[in-house]
Amino acid sequence: MSPRGGDRPMVPRAQFRSYYGRPIVRPAPWREDVAAYLFAGGLAAGSALLAAGGQLTGRPAMRRAGRAGAMAGTLASTYFLINDLGRPQRFYHMLRVFKPTSPMSVGTWVLSAFGAAAGAAAVAEAAPMLPRRGTLGLARRVLPPVGSAAGYAAAGLAPALATYTAVLLADTATPSWHVAYPELPFVFAGSALASGAGVGLIAGPETPAKRMAVLGGGLELLGMHQIETGKGVLSEPYHQGRAGRLLRTGRALTLAGMAGAALGGRSRVVSALSGLSLLTASALMRFGIFEAGMHSARDPKYTVLPQRDRLENP
Amino acid sequence: MGSNMAEAHPVGFQWVVEAKLRGAKVIHIDPRFTRTSALAHTFVPVRAGADIAILGGVINYILTNEKDFREYVLAYTNASTLVSEDFRDTEDLDGLFSGYDPETNTYDQSSWAYQGHEEELGGTTHTERETAAGLQQESHGPPIPGDVARDDTLQDPRCVYQVLKRHYARYTPEVVAQICGVPEEKFLEVCEAWTRNSGRERTTALVYSVGWTQHSVGVQYIRTGAIIQLLLGNMGRPGGGVMALRGHASIQGSTDIPTLFNLLPGYLPMPTYDQHETFREWVDSIRHPGQKGFWANAEAYAVSLLKSYFGDAATAENDWGYGWLPRMTGDHGTYQQVMDMIDGKIKGYFLLGQNPAVGSAHGRAQRLGMANLDWLVVRDPYMIESATFWKSGPEIATGEIKTEECRTEVFFMPAASYAEKEGTFTQTQRMLQWREQAVEPPGDARSELWFFFHLGRRIRERLAGSTLPRDEGILKLAWDYPMHGARGDEPDAAEVLKEINGYDLTTGQLLTTFNQMKPDGSTSGGCWIYTGVFADGVNQAARRRPGQEQSWVAPEWGWAWPANRRILYNRASADPDGRPWSERKAYVWWDTENNEWTGHDVPDFEKTKPPSYRPPEDATGVQAISGDDAFIMQGDGKGWLYAPSGLIDGPMPTHYEPAESPARNPLYGQQANPTRKVYDRPDNLTNPSPPERHSEIYPYVFTTSRLTEHHTAGGMSRQLPYLAELQPEMFVEVSPQLAAERGLHHLGWAHVITARTAIEARVLVTDRLVPLRIEDRTIHQIWLPYHWGNEGVVTGDSANDLVGLALDPNVLIQESKVGTCDIQPGRRPIGPALLRYVADYQQRAGLAPDHHTPIVTTSEDGNHGEQ
Amino acid sequence: MASNSLFGPIDPATDAGYEAAPPRMGFFTDTSVCIGCKACEVACKEWNLVPDDGFNLLGQSYDNTGGLSANSWRHVAFIEQPARAHTTMPAAPQSNVAAARTDVRTGTEPGIGPAVDALAAAGTAGPEFLGMPMSDLPGRSGDGERTDFRWLMMSNVCKHCTHAGCLDVCPTGSLFRTEFGTVVVQEDICNGCGYCIPACPYGVIDRRQDDGRAWKCTLCYDRLGDGLTPACAKACPTESIQFGELDVLRERADARLATLQEQGETTARLYGEDQGDGVGGDGAFFLLLDEPEVYGLPPDPEVATKYLPDMWKRAGLAALGMVASAVVAFAGRRR
Repeated sequence: MSPRGGDRPMVPRAQFRSYYGRPIVRPAPWREDVAAYLFAGGLAAGSALLAAGGQLTGRPAMRRAGRAGAMAGTLASTYFLINDLGRPQRFYHMLRVFKPTSPMSVGTWVLSAFGAAAGAAAVAEAAPMLPRRGTLGLARRVLPPVGSAAGYAAAGLAPALATYTAVLLADTATPSWHVAYPELPFVFAGSALASGAGVGLIAGPETPAKRMAVLGGGLELLGMHQIETGKGVLSEPYHQGRAGRLLRTGRALTLAGMAGAALGGRSRVVSALSGLSLLTASALMRFGIFEAGMHSARDPKYTVLPQRDRLENP
Repeated sequence: MGSNMAEAHPVGFQWVVEAKLRGAKVIHIDPRFTRTSALAHTFVPVRAGADIAILGGVINYILTNEKDFREYVLAYTNASTLVSEDFRDTEDLDGLFSGYDPETNTYDQSSWAYQGHEEELGGTTHTERETAAGLQQESHGPPIPGDVARDDTLQDPRCVYQVLKRHYARYTPEVVAQICGVPEEKFLEVCEAWTRNSGRERTTALVYSVGWTQHSVGVQYIRTGAIIQLLLGNMGRPGGGVMALRGHASIQGSTDIPTLFNLLPGYLPMPTYDQHETFREWVDSIRHPGQKGFWANAEAYAVSLLKSYFGDAATAENDWGYGWLPRMTGDHGTYQQVMDMIDGKIKGYFLLGQNPAVGSAHGRAQRLGMANLDWLVVRDPYMIESATFWKSGPEIATGEIKTEECRTEVFFMPAASYAEKEGTFTQTQRMLQWREQAVEPPGDARSELWFFFHLGRRIRERLAGSTLPRDEGILKLAWDYPMHGARGDEPDAAEVLKEINGYDLTTGQLLTTFNQMKPDGSTSGGCWIYTGVFADGVNQAARRRPGQEQSWVAPEWGWAWPANRRILYNRASADPDGRPWSERKAYVWWDTENNEWTGHDVPDFEKTKPPSYRPPEDATGVQAISGDDAFIMQGDGKGWLYAPSGLIDGPMPTHYEPAESPARNPLYGQQANPTRKVYDRPDNLTNPSPPERHSEIYPYVFTTSRLTEHHTAGGMSRQLPYLAELQPEMFVEVSPQLAAERGLHHLGWAHVITARTAIEARVLVTDRLVPLRIEDRTIHQIWLPYHWGNEGVVTGDSANDLVGLALDPNVLIQESKVGTCDIQPGRRPIGPALLRYVADYQQRAGLAPDHHTPIVTTSEDGNHGEQ
Repeated sequence: MASNSLFGPIDPATDAGYEAAPPRMGFFTDTSVCIGCKACEVACKEWNLVPDDGFNLLGQSYDNTGGLSANSWRHVAFIEQPARAHTTMPAAPQSNVAAARTDVRTGTEPGIGPAVDALAAAGTAGPEFLGMPMSDLPGRSGDGERTDFRWLMMSNVCKHCTHAGCLDVCPTGSLFRTEFGTVVVQEDICNGCGYCIPACPYGVIDRRQDDGRAWKCTLCYDRLGDGLTPACAKACPTESIQFGELDVLRERADARLATLQEQGETTARLYGEDQGDGVGGDGAFFLLLDEPEVYGLPPDPEVATKYLPDMWKRAGLAALGMVASAVVAFAGRRR
């Protein structure tokens, strides 16, 4: 930082130079579809885990809710993903290549595989409604085991689906996203668990869902605390403006959901409210993180100051 | 100086950058910091319209400190020549030279003559002013006798050196600071850099553009630069010279083969009805029998031109068709024509490559004039303002032009652009460069050559059989060219260039040099100075041998007139004995072994005339040129520090304030150029300047010029999105101080008011403009680009609407580079309210419709001319 | 092509799998001789058929382009810097706000719009508000030894990084490394996912609003293939933009820098020439006369992908954590 004259009041730490205050890095051209996509993907992942757990431990209601959540999440995230393309009709170009250097490429394959599995698992839930005879009868018999396998497959892919989106954001020059790359996967993992738990809690006040809610919410809050306090000037966008409001509300709702889950006992109402609270919180968190990153890209301060700092204090 | 080369001539500026990379120091002197200043080592801000003061200061510095290149000055300039005893300087007469006639506002120049030649010159110069006679001197000096009295010791008080020294004695650094606002140390830095970098081993080049020419004393600006360059020995030498950057592509070409009312090709004067009734009178007025120099062959050039025009119809018996040439009867310059159009004296008008509604001074007068014609032909690639003023010009809004009543019938003819036609460009170095046609023009667009050829053909068909004397010239024209091109009706431009080059009519061979031209009708040539461009049947202008494959002078790139000579008067690059002044600056020299001139360039001297040659007593013409007369086109063979004739407004440049100035002339009672051409009319009021009262109504100085991003009046740039987006809106640049004074905000609106009109623009507040201290007051300058009009992708008010018409007397160029104005925040009134608003300003400034700006403002005891 | 290195000095064409690739080609833009004529911007648009960028007076000195965008692949920056001694200037606290507000649409939506200069907005004392830009921008308050006014001009362009973030993250393979070591978008492949845009550490690549695809400088790939100079370099009258083999350009730049520093231009520096920097060096590098951010360039750019292995590791850990949480949640006997 070059010294400045003393002819004007200074704002500490805000000393930087830029070209007419214009951004240096460019904000992603994404609309909030992408924030919604992050939420829906997390929801799908968390739900798939919930479904698999329910299946394994013989909780059909939880399984059904989880599979439905996973299916809905998959459909929604696919919609949001495609809708935000500049050329949606070319969605399939994503499947031309597999590029480990591109989190979006990796994610597309993960989502495709997950989607197939989650879809199959969800369709399997329709087995009891099929006629007992004929071709469909055969399907009625085959579907449940296929569904089980698919459900486990989806659950196996779910952690990847939930966390790759953190890499997706962090692998950019967007300052406040990139700087958060060590914590962001944990936040997203936690948020996904919490939203999955939310689906479970709406279905009923069962212990695994409650535990998932507390573990997921905790993971999310811990990670966010790191991001919001440990990144110097780049933590700022997580506090300011719309992003700050979204994240504060999200945190409150997460805490409320966790409390409801932990202390709600057998009340179906409290359980459902906690679930809703966690789902909303997860969505708000994603929108908040999305917005904070966009804000950090729009203001050249967040590009210049950390880089200056890096140059001068290597 | 007077040039924003980086912005207005970016391609040429590459050579300045190249020179800079090789160690040259670049100084930029300009009213504002431009993109040229950004690349210069030193930027010197100067008040617009005060260049003669700063340059006069440099002359004073040179003479006071004897920094002149004395051997050069003695040998090649008229420094030692004695001036008439009758001569009185502006220093004696409060700003006037001797011989001033307040009735005609011109000089009787007989007292300016060299000693002993007072009788040969003389008479009023009124006609010369009306016909912009100064333009004839582009290729040669005005007539002057060769036998003059000299004092080689330079001590005689009447010698040019001493006269010059006295004239500029008052232009001291303090006075320069006072007049121009240039800090003394900056000024001295310029003086020292310029003089230190001139002499035997080094040369300095001076570059100017229309920032010098477009003034009521524009020609004298350039004269001042020339005097400095002569004193420092920078003329005729490599790396020296006075470089005029022209305003458009091939403007040089259109003065060589002119689109001017007063010239014929090769700077032969257009005949005047009463002075040049016969061919003999005309030719003798050019060649001046008895004088020395190359101009003595003028008859051969004139006859060859007429042979080109009229072919076999031109014979010795009919004086080569001289009688068919039109004659001038007075001022037919562009601004006189505008006034005549307004007054209904002109019925029809052609516009080619010109958009006067935006690009010419006093746009309102231009448009009102065009709205009062019977017919108007506009040829342009785009629908420009000059073709649409009758339906969408600013005067439609004010009600001054009503579409349904406008009588002018406008014919719009789509024109081919430069890439769509073949021909030549002649650039500022007098170099012709052949241009190929890249693509066919779209639709009905055609080249100028096509247009004029077929127009002439059709007119001749219409007139066929006419016996009227006035039609005879047109019917006798040699009007026959081979056709080619995609449509088969395009005249072959190479054939036209051959015609210009000229033929030996007895053999049909192309001429190789104008020395082959004869006055007996056996040769032809459309422009004698261009002879050689088709030497050996080869289109020399089309040569494009890369620089690295030839000598550093690059004679095989294009072709320069005269005779492919790249530096004029290059005899001066050698000393009087013919040896280079220094090894470093060797250019052309006398080869003692082969007894001829040789060097890197084509010598601008008779090949075998030795340096020791002295003409016999009674010699005339070329024979009279001495072996050390480097300036061979001048009547006395010398570079002129003092011009005994040829200039309407004085033998030496003198600081006059612009026609509109907020400041009183600090040097003389005479405020402005006393010989400037004025049009005192209600539709061309001039803002008051001291000593007139009310100059404070228009307190600021404005100057206009160009942006790189646009082309002149915008016809070829505001119509193109890629260019228009780069400078999308009309704006005005002001200093932060002026912005504070007038309440102007960056990117807000402001309007600028003169006695002509008011225009609006967005405000750019910038440190690139600085207020100047002039005497005891602050002078604010504002700057406007002039590219906008009401047609095109981006539109805006036109800066030229602000400019009034006051002209330089020598060449009738308008003073559009400086004027006074007021600037106010906000947009201007629209509709008839605009007229009332401007009239209110006029009234407060005391400008009644019959107002006459006083021309002579010398004090009571000053003199109106010789007593 | 998927195996390219993520960090360090390499030959990108070879790294991308080209055998016997031609020498790496690039630009050296010497801003010390730029005259701001913008011929590069126009030549680029003419050759590459790039649409116009809107007709907005931005008031950023003579810059009415604003920045690089999908519709401007060359951008000439203009920076007016008064001398240090200059103190009479009325400062303008809100200046950048004012400048920003004039900008109706620069670049393409949601491309760059001028942001509020935080320092400017923080309030700088001055007698009067003139709305001038840059009151707090480079040099306006003086930051060097200069005594003269300076007007910096610089033609910006895609850097064609050795490690190109845009290329790394492109999920379709639309962005690819050419045999000349440059980075090019294939417009028939791009599906407009937009990921390349935040991935660029220089904010160069951009999505065109009406077309949905990403666009940027191709270093005139089509011209290079025919042995021609890119349009901008061809049009540059002062050789501010020099095109050639990168190795040769680097030598030339070093020499030029030495000359300038000898002449006392102590602020002159090269930018993007260092192959050890965060992007492995730029294929288009610059000689600047002030700090990079003054020109709108990041002072120490890094390709995000440099940390990608770490990121995947952290993601893997988080994924494991997720699995573990689920196991814990469902562990134990049903009550």
